[in-house]
Amino acid sequence: MAASVLFDAPGPATRARHRTYGIATVVGLLALLGWVVWRFNETGQFEYAKWEPFLTPRYIQAILVDGLLVTLQMAASAILGAVVFGLVFGVGKLSDHAIVRWPCWLVVEFFRAVPVILLIVFVFYSVVSGMDELSRRTYWAVVIALTLYNGAVLAEVFRAGVNAVPRGQAEAAYAVGMRKYQVMTLILLPQAVKIMIPAIISQMVVALKDTSLGYVVAGLGLTRVAKAIYPQFANHVPTIIVIAAIYIVVNLLLTLVATWAQKRLVGERKVLEVGMVGEAKVGGSAPFYKGDTGGGPA
Amino acid sequence: MLDSPDLYVKAFGYTVFLFLVSGVLSVVLGTVLVAMRVGPVSVLSRAATAYVTVVRNTPLVMIFLFFQLGAPKVFQTLRFSWVDIHIGPYDFTAFFSAAVVALTLYTSCFVCESLRAGINAVPLGQAEAARAIGLPFGGVMTQVVLPQAFRASVPPLASTLIALLKNTSVAGVFGVIEAAAQMKSFTNDFASERTGIFIMFALGYVVLVEIVSAVAIYFERRWRIA
Repeated sequence: MAASVLFDAPGPATRARHRTYGIATVVGLLALLGWVVWRFNETGQFEYAKWEPFLTPRYIQAILVDGLLVTLQMAASAILGAVVFGLVFGVGKLSDHAIVRWPCWLVVEFFRAVPVILLIVFVFYSVVSGMDELSRRTYWAVVIALTLYNGAVLAEVFRAGVNAVPRGQAEAAYAVGMRKYQVMTLILLPQAVKIMIPAIISQMVVALKDTSLGYVVAGLGLTRVAKAIYPQFANHVPTIIVIAAIYIVVNLLLTLVATWAQKRLVGERKVLEVGMVGEAKVGGSAPFYKGDTGGGPA
Repeated sequence: MLDSPDLYVKAFGYTVFLFLVSGVLSVVLGTVLVAMRVGPVSVLSRAATAYVTVVRNTPLVMIFLFFQLGAPKVFQTLRFSWVDIHIGPYDFTAFFSAAVVALTLYTSCFVCESLRAGINAVPLGQAEAARAIGLPFGGVMTQVVLPQAFRASVPPLASTLIALLKNTSVAGVFGVIEAAAQMKSFTNDFASERTGIFIMFALGYVVLVEIVSAVAIYFERRWRIA
């Protein structure tokens, strides 16, 4: 803690005091944990029958194939779509022509402000209502809704990425006689994409977590597997713990990959961070700030 | 749909109540968490870090599921059967309480991260300079470090609260008849007006989001150092 703004390096007396606090905390946390374990035991959450499904090969396979794989598939399709959507509207927002810029701005702001659940419900009942198979309807409702939302976020990331390329790059390109689209496709885009990749991976954490919102229609992937397991075995607590643990592990892995990509591709510079919805954008400078790669809210 | 504007207003009323109650609680819990995280006691700091890492990587739906299906089976108090408040047309019952708890536990992690970003934005030299002119610890904190940290925290905190506002829609899946749930029920009942219904509810959220961000921009401007 020597380099903290908040505290001086502690002296011997303070260190002793901190040790006391530390021990008190450990005791408190152990007591809390003990109480939770005791309640779990009292209510029979540790019974083998309740955990058995997670040790049975058939169920493990169901969780991994029908659950995790489908969830990852939905998240990956949504991010792929979102990258395309983000490219189109991000470039649109950077356009010199107001007639292109304004509609793009409107679309991006709208889809960033509307909750994903609303989008899922709307797409499920209106856009893909013609599909006869329920799981396909759910799949596309989730993927389309997530594409729109994450695409709008990525449009902002993309815009920030292009703006983060040093101005001199574009100026030099114009100076050697390139045209506007050449400057964009040959100079700005390749560099912006490099800066964007960590942000895109982080956004995958958001998309992956949001696939669980498909619960509002029929549920697909891990949430549907959970929905199928707990009524059968009356093991709500173990199921929720196991499924949540899978999400957490996958998300932490994605965060690790994003951090690695940040170090590899961008270096010490801060992760691209986009402003909130409806924020007044002052000037054209890139909004860098100390964010972390753990994935946004939602 | 057009015959029942009161249902529309009431649904957004629940959304606003959920937002306000869990917003205030999240800021309080988030402040406690950030105090633990940046504090000098390493055990506290590690515990808070572990909590934040685990909860922010869990989907909100799973946290809601835990408080609606899991926790009541294990902990008597988490059934929230003791909450039964009625104000006007609004009923605050077990569903509402469980939603507030889930939203608060989830959002406080992001509040913690936002506040931490604000504290990290204060350069170390500021505190060193404050100590150099002889300010005691209390003076360093209240006059130099925290005012700057709060100011820098406004934009990320506003983003977090806007996310919370949108996340209240998850409560609709778990028994609170707020805007998202009301929209789903309208969507079922009035099949021919689905697009209109969606746009009506989407605009409701857009208006609320704009109000929150307008308040944030006001404070950001007001607290900006010229």
